Amino acid sequence: MLNGKTIDLGRGTSTFMRKVQDLLPEGGNLNMCLTCGACSAGCPATGLEGMDPRKFLRMAAMGMDEEVTSTPWVWMCTMCQRCIYVCPMKIDIPRLVYEARASWPRESRPKGIMGSCDMALRNESGSAMGTAPQDFAFVVEDMLEECRESQPEFADMEAPIDKEGAEFFINQNSREPVTEPEELMPLWKILHVVGADWTYGSKGWAAENYCMFLADDQSWEHITRQSAEKAAALRCKVFLNTE
Amino acid sequence: MTYSVRAGLKKFGIEHRFEVKNIYEYYAKWIREGKLKVNSDWNRELGLKFTVQDPCQIVRKSYGDPIADDLRFVVKSLVGEENFIDMVPNRSNNYCCGGGGGFLQSGFRDQRLAYGRVKDEQIRATGADYCVAACHNCHAQIHELSEHYGGHYGVVHLWTLICLSLGILGPNERTYLGDDLREVNVFHPETAV
Repeated sequence: MLNGKTIDLGRGTSTFMRKVQDLLPEGGNLNMCLTCGACSAGCPATGLEGMDPRKFLRMAAMGMDEEVTSTPWVWMCTMCQRCIYVCPMKIDIPRLVYEARASWPRESRPKGIMGSCDMALRNESGSAMGTAPQDFAFVVEDMLEECRESQPEFADMEAPIDKEGAEFFINQNSREPVTEPEELMPLWKILHVVGADWTYGSKGWAAENYCMFLADDQSWEHITRQSAEKAAALRCKVFLNTE
Repeated sequence: MTYSVRAGLKKFGIEHRFEVKNIYEYYAKWIREGKLKVNSDWNRELGLKFTVQDPCQIVRKSYGDPIADDLRFVVKSLVGEENFIDMVPNRSNNYCCGGGGGFLQSGFRDQRLAYGRVKDEQIRATGADYCVAACHNCHAQIHELSEHYGGHYGVVHLWTLICLSLGILGPNERTYLGDDLREVNVFHPETAV
């Protein structure tokens, strides 16, 4: 018995799991589970919604597609991949979770994640807070001016946007320019002290990507491509992530 | 974010010539090269204890133990070897704090806090005054865990500690720190607002 329903072992056809196996090299080892439970024993999401990684995989293997693709547990697993790390067979359970997320109608997925992804699609910043490139530039200039004036040791510090040929293309979590702009300064000061040649991009400067968490492949690709194209256009050598 | 870029470039076959790196590696490099002249003198008498959260997206999912070692080298250089206490387990085997994967935005708050209980217990077992969280989602989640479960440990960004150690952290760039660090090595204290 599972959730009050009898398990129909005769069903045996797991369309969902087979679909995910087809996407992965070696089928993600999804049918190699030894049921040892190492995944579940070390998973902080074990027990939430009565689910755990091993149970989720077994249910998928038994063809309980409806349950697997409707449990909200897939939004409580963070896809941190610790289960793969400890698994003797290196089974890609997080990918199964990702595809289960993707199987939800987009409008039924958690509104907060969807909203953050949609915000990032609004303009060319890629920011989950919807911050436009010109607003980002305004904050950067404003904070830089303030820092140069109040801390004269940094009077020649720079925080360039779209500097061609810079070594580092740096991205920044939107929460900094939008809600805590003074948090931009420690990073700039460090880069100044070491003499780093860096730049932000007017496009794709935002570090976060909620479209990936939404399991929206098309939007994830758009956000990544937008940043990558800007870094390439500026001929930066290193795409440097701050987080 | 390191993982979404790395994994995205690969998954979608996006051609590129640049390398994708995380700044922890560079912090370590710049300290080793003497470009970032950090030290832990500010903490010698204070003796504040620190632990560090290994962000899953950067350690386990991207660069593995080498970057976790760089992260520890940086933190120890900043706070003093004797003031660093590791969580168990750690590095690639670390537990996720529950801030990732969109959990913070998903609306499942109770479940997210229940998920984070493991992390809270891990941090408390170290007895640290501060947990270094150099990833925004980890920072937000661990801060909430500290308040929710009553551990009252602080959470600190890596760049805050680096500038504190260098003596270039202004008063307005440390407003989220505890009272124990508010007056330490303040750069241009007259600019406080």
